[in-house]
Order: sequence, then C-alpha cells, then structure tokens
Amino acid sequence: MRVSDIMEALDGKVCFGEDKLNEVCLTACGCDLMSDALAFSKARMCLLTGLTNTQVVRTAEMLDVVAIVFVRGKQPSAEILALAEETGIAILRTDHTLYEACGILYSCGLPGRIKV
Amino acid sequence: MSEQILTEVFEVEAGDFVAAGAASAQIKRILKQLSVNSDLIRRAAIISYEAELNLVIHSLGGKLILRVMKDRVVISTEDVGPGIADISLALKEGWSTASDDIRSMGFGAGMGLPNIKRNADDFEIRSAAGSGTTIVTTIYL
Repeated sequence: MRVSDIMEALDGKVCFGEDKLNEVCLTACGCDLMSDALAFSKARMCLLTGLTNTQVVRTAEMLDVVAIVFVRGKQPSAEILALAEETGIAILRTDHTLYEACGILYSCGLPGRIKV
Repeated sequence: MSEQILTEVFEVEAGDFVAAGAASAQIKRILKQLSVNSDLIRRAAIISYEAELNLVIHSLGGKLILRVMKDRVVISTEDVGPGIADISLALKEGWSTASDDIRSMGFGAGMGLPNIKRNADDFEIRSAAGSGTTIVTTIYL
C-alpha cells in the first residue's frame, strides 16, 4: 500500500515527506509501546501511534519504517519533524483513533505480521 | 579472531533520553557505508538501540562499542553500574524495573534484553549487583 493510499484512506495530512508518497508499505503496526514495535516489527512497515516524542522517530529509524502516522489528531513537534527530515521517514497525521486507523488500513488489505 | 576493520566507541549518558538513539543511528550509518546486508543492519540497529536505551534508562552511564570484523559485527556495552542482581529474571520478557516516566515514553516493557538476545547470533551478559554490566553481542556476516 502506498503512503499516498494510506493518507487517503485515513483522511490524513502529510506533515513531512511529500516526496515519499509513492513509497510502499508492506505491513503496519499500531501501538503506543515502542518496546513492542522493536520486538515485533517487520521491514517496510507503517507505524501508527498516539505517542509523540522523538524516540518514536528513532525507533522507526532503527526498524526501516517507511511512514509514521500520528493518530487521534496528535500534532508532531518541530523536533519530531526535524528528526524525520534527518532520517527520511514520512510523517502523517489523522483524526482517527488508533483502533479506527488500524481497522481502516487492515480492511484496505494492509496486513499485520507478515513474513518478509 | 578475524581481522578487525573498524572500532567505534560512543559514550552514553545516564538519563539523557533526548540524545538516546544518536549513537545507534551512527552505528547504522557506518554499517550502511560498509555495505553490510540490509537485514543484518536492521538486526544490528535493533540490538544497538535497545542496548543504548538500557544504558540511558538503567545504568549510571557507560559505553556503546561497535567492532566490525571481516566475518562479524560485534556490538557491546560496558556500564559503571548499578548492576543486575538476577540476570535470569532480567532476561524474562515482561520483567522490568523501569519507572512510570520511562513507561509513559513508550519503553520499559521488559522486552529489551530478550529482544537483544533474539536478534544476536551470540549473546553474553556479565553483571552483579553493585558492579557494572557488560553485554557482548555478535552477528555473523
């Protein structure tokens, strides 16, 4: 699923990474616990979270995450956007809750845990 | 022991949550520059980041060390305390001594050491209460 398709499905907005909308996510993970993201992630993932600190981007960087979606209308800080620019990770935001956003993407065919 | 290509040592400060991950990001960049396989880089980055977070969250400060050899990448940490009283308990998923503040930042779920071990081909840990902790992990190339 392309980042642009994710944005459209979630009625989202791009906060950083207009040039990354054509990149493809193979799977997604929704959590506020970065420990879990680190333990259960797969490559080329979309990370959905309501947690807004710079360690979300650091975690995503280590995991080769393609895009981060901040849910529940959370606005990423300037520090988060600066780190996203440094690491080249697309940042989106949506007003949907984490549960709703995950459900929408799953119903669009973006799977959870996959073997890659 | 195979030929050493590179050694980098990063000082990690206790409690500096803002800088946490900067050393691991540097390690990831170095491994990319050395054209290490991307799956192995990802495993090394997870090990390094979890280990760096452990230094920030649990230690009184320490070092994160990268050694690259022809046939392996070795990532290790050495800290100055306070040490782990029961290593087998610390290696259990879900067991953690992290504070509520750390948990509210998305960490401290007791997944760090098990995740480091899972991503490493070889894993060694030495520690005792009141002394430092040393962790040595190896990924074979």
